[in-house]
Amino acid sequence: MNQHVSAETIKSRAGVPAPIAMLAELTHRCPLACPYCSNPLELETVRSELTTEQWIDVFSQAAELGVLHLHLSGGEPAARRDLLDLTAAAASSGLYTNLITSGIGLTERRIGDLADAGLDHLQLSIQGATPELADRVGGYKGGYDRKIAVAEWTHAVGVPLTVNAVCHKQNMDQMGDMLDLAVKLGARRIEIATVQFHGWAEKNRAALMPTREQVLRANTFVDEARKRLEGVIVIDYVPADHHSSYPKACMGGWGRTGLNVTPSGRVLPCHAAESIPSLTFDNVVDRPLSDIWYKSSAFNAYRGDDWMPDLCRTCDRKAIDFGGCRCQALALAGDAAATDPVCVRSPLRQALVEQAEIDSHTKPPAFVYRGFKQSGA
Amino acid sequence: MSEASTLSISGDTVAKLSRGVRLREDPVRGQTVLLAPERALALDEIAVMIVKALDGKRSLDDIAAEFSIQFDAPKAEILGDIIAFVDEFSKRRMLDLQS
Repeated sequence: MNQHVSAETIKSRAGVPAPIAMLAELTHRCPLACPYCSNPLELETVRSELTTEQWIDVFSQAAELGVLHLHLSGGEPAARRDLLDLTAAAASSGLYTNLITSGIGLTERRIGDLADAGLDHLQLSIQGATPELADRVGGYKGGYDRKIAVAEWTHAVGVPLTVNAVCHKQNMDQMGDMLDLAVKLGARRIEIATVQFHGWAEKNRAALMPTREQVLRANTFVDEARKRLEGVIVIDYVPADHHSSYPKACMGGWGRTGLNVTPSGRVLPCHAAESIPSLTFDNVVDRPLSDIWYKSSAFNAYRGDDWMPDLCRTCDRKAIDFGGCRCQALALAGDAAATDPVCVRSPLRQALVEQAEIDSHTKPPAFVYRGFKQSGA
Repeated sequence: MSEASTLSISGDTVAKLSRGVRLREDPVRGQTVLLAPERALALDEIAVMIVKALDGKRSLDDIAAEFSIQFDAPKAEILGDIIAFVDEFSKRRMLDLQS
């Protein structure tokens, strides 16, 4: 009767499906400093950010291209003074508009205005179930209390709320409390995602890598909670990558379902793609979005299976995980076209598991918080 | 499938799409999609008809009676299909229900 919109069901140009989702990183500015931030190590400055008009044009191109879901993200998107105008423009072009926020910078009035402008959904991050832990992980005192207020205002205006909980060594044992908090705040959905080790998180491996025991407990907990809370809250779970047998289907396959636009307008197949130095990325200021999606070298680099090593090309799972994560392959195997070392069939798997084991049992050192270089963080 | 939530939905249930869940034409792919947080579901014609009928006013029984006349099919069977649909989508937190 229904199915997820999937690449297989879509009539596409030259075999390339239209994108379903676009992540718009409106800014890299953020009051929080989470040590696993998905932004790149080299953050883009406010001066390089696209203007209001440029973003609105990108949204309308995205809608025309077939994008259904637009994620307004950052950094902290509320740091953009034109967030209301951007939201209104996105909603009026028919995009399902989702705000991914830390909550800092939102007020009761601003949330009401965003709801009136057509915001479809708000996704609020939490860093822990207690103010002490959450504020230490986020590097922002008072953040936890503010987030609770934002959740209440969001619930009050009726905009559906997702709580987004990134989990790691230091907060994973609070998973049950974070879930209870999400239910109490009226969230319809929670995303429990284990840290992915790229960029900032890679700098904080010893502070963040969960132990195998923690991961197994979390997996069991989620299974049980899904049954117990069916119809109350939807639980989307990203299990620990380094403790799985097979790699994640990163981005649902390279250049297959989604795209990411950086604050300055660079278009990436995933938020970490800039870590692959052999790729060059086009900018929406120079080239139409549709052209970039269908024709650019970066988006075509890892489509299909021509690029795959034999191990992946002959594998029965290649249509499930697409060989895993390209950025992780580069970081750990030194080759972005290698099999993701998370895979049990990768020759590098054993070394990855051993390193994860060592990092997970190391006494957590102080966080390296994310920040702009000049801030000295 | 939790029995409790199945039992709570009956012919007397009145349902509508929750805020943040909406039906949209998708001209690029030539289909109708139901959009919800992080979900895009391609619906077939029957599912689209059911979703459009969930107006927050008519009961599932009223809707089944109407479809029964329209399609010249047994009402009990149609009601069963509608209840199954409403059950599934309410578990995904996409519907507001009253009984």
